[in-house]
Amino acid sequence: MSNETLDSSQYVHHHLTNLPWTHAFLQKKLGDFGVLNLDTLIMSFILGSAILLLFYFLARRATSGVPSKLQNFVEILFEFIQKQVKETFQGSNPLIAPLALTIFVWILLMNLMDLIPVDLFSILLGKVGVPYWRMVPTTDLNVTFAMSLSVFILILYYSVKEKGALGFAKELLMHPFPYIWMAPINLPLSIIHELAKPVSLALRLFGNLFSGEVIFILIALFPIWWLQWVLGLPWAIFHILIIFIQAFIFTILTIVYLSLAHESHE
Amino acid sequence: MDLNLTLFGQMITFALFVWFTKRFVWPVLIKAINDREAKIADGLAAAERGHHELDLSQERAKELLRDAKAKAIDVVEQAHKQATHILEEARLEARTLALRMVSVAEEDIVQAKLAAKMALQKELGVMVVKGAERILKQNISGAINDRLISDLIAEVGVSE
Repeated sequence: MSNETLDSSQYVHHHLTNLPWTHAFLQKKLGDFGVLNLDTLIMSFILGSAILLLFYFLARRATSGVPSKLQNFVEILFEFIQKQVKETFQGSNPLIAPLALTIFVWILLMNLMDLIPVDLFSILLGKVGVPYWRMVPTTDLNVTFAMSLSVFILILYYSVKEKGALGFAKELLMHPFPYIWMAPINLPLSIIHELAKPVSLALRLFGNLFSGEVIFILIALFPIWWLQWVLGLPWAIFHILIIFIQAFIFTILTIVYLSLAHESHE
Repeated sequence: MDLNLTLFGQMITFALFVWFTKRFVWPVLIKAINDREAKIADGLAAAERGHHELDLSQERAKELLRDAKAKAIDVVEQAHKQATHILEEARLEARTLALRMVSVAEEDIVQAKLAAKMALQKELGVMVVKGAERILKQNISGAINDRLISDLIAEVGVSE
């Protein structure tokens, strides 16, 4: 038990509360929406910039000769992403691969925070006066939706750009039933079909990581000390799988959705 | 738990990250990878070519060696032939020279013989005349004597 002054439900609640920051003006204008989750923003930014800066310095020193071990490792990652993009994405768009890489490494790192003991940072930061701290940004819906909505915007942008406004409209009206008189049924179906993409992307990632985190918190609540290992270790090992799979799924589906946006369904 | 402004903050961060990756990270590393791929492919092709060339040059070296051997045998044979030829010529020359020398010597001998004969004839004639003169001193005149002697000499010369 981390904190004797909290009972179990308070403990869980504490661990699932973000560190809020707001401004009176925002609060007044936007209400509850005007809040910023500082822990989410800071953690995700630190993780993302750390890995991207590493890539950046590697790229600056990159050689086409014999690579260093680190460069070799990163190149394996790059080639893995490039292979996925090449296999899935038919068109040629220089944005897709960097986008996929960013999504993959960023989500992977944010998910990996799930393996840090749930109490470690909240206790450490609590000592310096930070009341709440959630280590895993992907357990915050804002993070997953931010990415999936960005991808959704790209889907809409490329659908219109590649197929033309008319072509995209036709696709929305003529699918899944290829008759114009079915348009009143096709349109709502198509809209749901399109909207399901960002919603499923975001909720899948969020759901997996959030539930994982909750289980870690519940395990931490067991009063018998050795149960931490008996339950925590298998779950952590299993969770490593989830961490990779979820990062991979988000990346692959992004590529697939953008690929669909590029090709006409005729 | 709820959606709030963080959403937009995250979207901005995400956009920045993607931009950064696309601008500074992805092209550079992919270029390095592709360059290395090309380099390795070139290296492999060069190795293959080198291998092939080695085979070819080995073949050529063998051929050259074979040619050289054949030529050497030829040269030796020719030298042999020439040596025989020279020897033969020298032998021939020596033989003609010897023959010529022999014939010269023979001629010399004949000359010497002739000269000796002439000298002998003269001497014999004188001796004969002297003998005859001594014999005939008593009975025959000098004129008849001279005639007899020259007749004798002529006779000797003819009989020679």
